[in-house]
Amino acid sequence: MSDPHTDRTVSPPSRDPPRGETPIVPKDSIAGRSLIVVVAIMTFLASLTTGAVLLVRAAAGEWQADVAREVTVQVRPASGRDLEADVNAAVAIIRATNGVAGVHAYSKAEAARLLEPWLGTGLVLDDLPMPRLVVVRIAAGARPDLAKLRQALATAVPAASLDDHRGWIDRMRAMAGTVAAGGIILLIMMLVATVLSVTFATRGAMATNRPIIEVLHLIGARNGFIASRFQRHFLMLGLQGGAIGGGAAALVFLVAHAMSAWWTGTAAEDQIGALFGQFSLGLGGYTALVGLVLLIAAVTAFTSRHTVNRTLDAVE
Amino acid sequence: MVRFENVGLRYGLGPEVLRDLSFRIEPHSFQFLTGPSGAGKTTLLRLLFLTLRPTRGLITLFGHDVSTLSKDSLATLRRRIGIVFQDFRLLDHMTTYENVALPFRVLGRPESSYRDEVIELLNWVELGERMWALPPVLSGGEKQRAAIARAVIARPQLLLADEPTGNVDPTLAKRLLRLFVELNKSGTSVVIATHDIGLMDQYDARRLVLHDGRLHVYD
Repeated sequence: MSDPHTDRTVSPPSRDPPRGETPIVPKDSIAGRSLIVVVAIMTFLASLTTGAVLLVRAAAGEWQADVAREVTVQVRPASGRDLEADVNAAVAIIRATNGVAGVHAYSKAEAARLLEPWLGTGLVLDDLPMPRLVVVRIAAGARPDLAKLRQALATAVPAASLDDHRGWIDRMRAMAGTVAAGGIILLIMMLVATVLSVTFATRGAMATNRPIIEVLHLIGARNGFIASRFQRHFLMLGLQGGAIGGGAAALVFLVAHAMSAWWTGTAAEDQIGALFGQFSLGLGGYTALVGLVLLIAAVTAFTSRHTVNRTLDAVE
Repeated sequence: MVRFENVGLRYGLGPEVLRDLSFRIEPHSFQFLTGPSGAGKTTLLRLLFLTLRPTRGLITLFGHDVSTLSKDSLATLRRRIGIVFQDFRLLDHMTTYENVALPFRVLGRPESSYRDEVIELLNWVELGERMWALPPVLSGGEKQRAAIARAVIARPQLLLADEPTGNVDPTLAKRLLRLFVELNKSGTSVVIATHDIGLMDQYDARRLVLHDGRLHVYD
């Protein structure tokens, strides 16, 4: 050590006056950058999980709705009755029912094609008592009175029976419910893991700021002032990391959606379509991703405030 | 200004490190706080600066019983006290100017309202040429003067300095003492914790001597 005049001659030169006020909490630090990386990775994984759960849940709903949108009428041959006339009568009754979008009565040839996988080609069905199928498509959102239709068919065509696939629908509903519940449990676990990771990473980043908290406290800054500075800084770090992770996940879904359009008509597209439906998150899905980013940023900010308060309690 | 009555302090279940301290610090007064290493000088300064609470006794600061004050009220009281730390405690990411201006900043004052005042003080402690330098490139003496400037910028009524000359040579120590005397003349009460006999011999002032946890006052 030496006289201040001597000090000046051996010290490096001063830097130029800064243009603006330096933030009280340092902007760029290794701990801060590490926190952004952790937040980005966890937000990316949580966003992928959220998106996948939303897609599977929507697809499960679609499977169920597809089955529910169709009922089948079977007209059996009966002695003393004209099968063709019974089919026509059944079709007429069905067409007259509210909420029916379309009716298709399978011809003998079509029925034969349905049996080909089991009985082979070249069948002569004229001598067999083959029942005829009538497929009824229900209009979207409509709820036709199936009990009334069943009654009307029983009266006019005693050999006809209506199958509303109730058993299938119940099974589909159970399966869809299981898939959705599994997805939600997975999502909750992922969110808990994300919150914990972000919390611990934030605490780690805060540890390097302890001297700043102490100095501010000792020069008379109120606890609220100190906490708000750190909360604001860490909210920005959380938003940056969240935007990177959430944005990357959104990009993945957008690219996947675009690619599914290229694959249209291929076996792979059929399989993915069966699992994930349209492979499009929709506005609701992207809103959920934005919500996730905001949640993670809020967790980061809250944790920093909590850590500041704990540090101040320790200092006092 | 400051009144201690039968103040005692122990850490946890250990023995009392400070026992039955009773003394006053009057307005405009100047005193050295001294004693052998480990006698409790820094602990007593921490009591004065409200970062420690006594286990018994009464501390009155600026007329307030500190045991009854809220955290915000304690923060308000701290603004009337300036402290010079032994290890400077400058914020490395801020310039010398910004470190010195920090007490104004936490008060929410706009930069334009204190700029001239800070620059004037920096010139007075001969850091005018170094005001835009960051602490890591300052010498020990420069850091010490920056820490002192930060402690006095808001014109505190009480200045506490913990071994303020511990990191500087005798010449600079003399200059820093002169700085504290000037501050005292302008109305600030000064408490300098030191075990530098040579420094104390340079200025005739009251001495508070800590020994075995007890305080002896020599007016």
